[in-house]
Amino acid sequence: MTARPKQIRPHMKRMERKKTLIAYSFLAPNFLGFAIFTLVPVVFAIALSFFEWNGGDMSKMRFVGFDNYATIFSFSKIGEKGLAYLFNRVDLGIALKNTVYYTAVTVPLTIVCALALAMLLNKIKGAVAFRTIFFFPYVASMVAICVCWSFMLMKDGPVNQIIMAFGGTFNKSWTADSNMAIWSIILVSVWRNMGYYMVIYLAALQGVPRELLEAATVDGAGKWKQFIHVTLPQLRPTTFFVSIMMIISCFKIYDVVAIMTDGGPGRATKMLVTYIYDEAFIKVRYGQASAISMVLLVIVLAITIIQFRSEKQFSAD
Amino acid sequence: MEQALHQKPIRRDSPALHAIGRVIIYAVLIALALFTLIPFIWMVSSSLKLDREVFAYPMRWIPETFHWENYVLIWQRVPLLTYFKNTAFVAIVVTLLQTLTSSFAAYAFAKLEFRGRDVLFLAYIATIAVPWQAYMLPQFIMMRSIGLYDTLWAMVVLQAFSAFGVFLMRQFYRGIPTELCEAARLDGLSEYGIWARIMLPLSKAAIATLVIFTFVNTWNDYMGPMIYLTRDINKTVQVGLRRFIQENSSDYHLIMAASLCSLLPVSIVFLCLQKYFIEGIATSGLKG
Repeated sequence: MTARPKQIRPHMKRMERKKTLIAYSFLAPNFLGFAIFTLVPVVFAIALSFFEWNGGDMSKMRFVGFDNYATIFSFSKIGEKGLAYLFNRVDLGIALKNTVYYTAVTVPLTIVCALALAMLLNKIKGAVAFRTIFFFPYVASMVAICVCWSFMLMKDGPVNQIIMAFGGTFNKSWTADSNMAIWSIILVSVWRNMGYYMVIYLAALQGVPRELLEAATVDGAGKWKQFIHVTLPQLRPTTFFVSIMMIISCFKIYDVVAIMTDGGPGRATKMLVTYIYDEAFIKVRYGQASAISMVLLVIVLAITIIQFRSEKQFSAD
Repeated sequence: MEQALHQKPIRRDSPALHAIGRVIIYAVLIALALFTLIPFIWMVSSSLKLDREVFAYPMRWIPETFHWENYVLIWQRVPLLTYFKNTAFVAIVVTLLQTLTSSFAAYAFAKLEFRGRDVLFLAYIATIAVPWQAYMLPQFIMMRSIGLYDTLWAMVVLQAFSAFGVFLMRQFYRGIPTELCEAARLDGLSEYGIWARIMLPLSKAAIATLVIFTFVNTWNDYMGPMIYLTRDINKTVQVGLRRFIQENSSDYHLIMAASLCSLLPVSIVFLCLQKYFIEGIATSGLKG
């Protein structure tokens, strides 16, 4: 800056200011909406978790410190009865347990299905038609497919009839059975999302160097060995990325549960977000609902940070 | 000659074996495709039956007689047309606003230099990581206090300014050579002119991706309308359908017919524009 002749500087400054104003004018329409409807609520959410507020106008808000957190974790009881109490009795513990269980089953299952589909579709004729079919459940609206699946999983529905035809004996509605309810949600989730991740895998498969596969063939590797020793390691970054994305979206599950089981029977399919919804909009306990939201936020952010760190590692490799 | 030697061991399968392999792959694929489509097939089949036939034993995939009248009945029983209009309104306004404002903002982030650019962009990125479910309550309280509760405009502002759109467009704009903008600047084009005449026409693929993503997500959104819309005249297809199901839980045939109708618009959009949809996911890998 100092090297520049003095008389140009005011001119430059004016240019600079004009450029900044133009840039802001580009940003303004989106930023205003974004700031009001996203940025402010995010900050508000954190604050709200330290207040007690059961609806009504804002004058009824009362600062309570960490009380909401103490309530949702039911600290006093845990101190007495140990950590097992949290996961067997307390709403939050049960919601966490269910959500983790659902995530731990859904993510690997979806990855296996998505990868299998992508491998089958890779480099064959007519792939586009199949790709469209497998992807279709992802764009189909939730209410329609969830209600359809819950009918199909009813006591006399087609799924049980098929099971009976193969000599099985299951004779209940899946969504009404406390053991099977979560599996009906897993089934719908895997069925709905496998096509989406298949598309990502299909794209990643294009990036596997042909020379590597050919070299493996020359070394006498069969199709299966090729897959295990060449394709799979090459797909590692994709698999990692897909897992992270899926874990995050699994932690946010709401629609399928709300439509198919409504968290039941009992608390068998109560998830983190259905718990937030109940506290916020049914029981109208804003403070507690916000505290649960913060639990969700911390979990999701922790996963995102892990992703960021590892991605740096991948690019460093 | 040397090349032939190199290539020879690569194809070890005999042509016959190769053909059998192909047949097996296609057989597996067709089986899997059927599995994927079964709920939709069952939906069609049930929507043409009488309610007591839906769970008859043994089940029939093809109804004895086709009860097309179900499709007339649902329009009288459910205010489907209102729901469709509401959803179309929200989906179209959101898609327009989202595409316009985010491509505008993305241009600034990608091609202009100004103070605070990186900090602002970081704020955008950071909020992508924050789950909406974590701040939906304060957002709801705010919207209610400005009188947007139970209005379709709540649905519009809820989704029209997402950070995702800005991020997607910015990634795309960064791929367009800056020299192009500079040349246009020398030719006397203003920044707005560059955006309108150069960036916009060049980013058709990205815009198509964003449009279809936004449209499908808005159309299928369930939780937002669930929280905000209470009066029947304001409901979108998803929550309207849900209400119908709750109030007529044993009219299986009608529920299936209404469900099928709710699927149609988005299916048509998807089938027409699926190329952009799938390419968008493949390149950005981002979830809407």
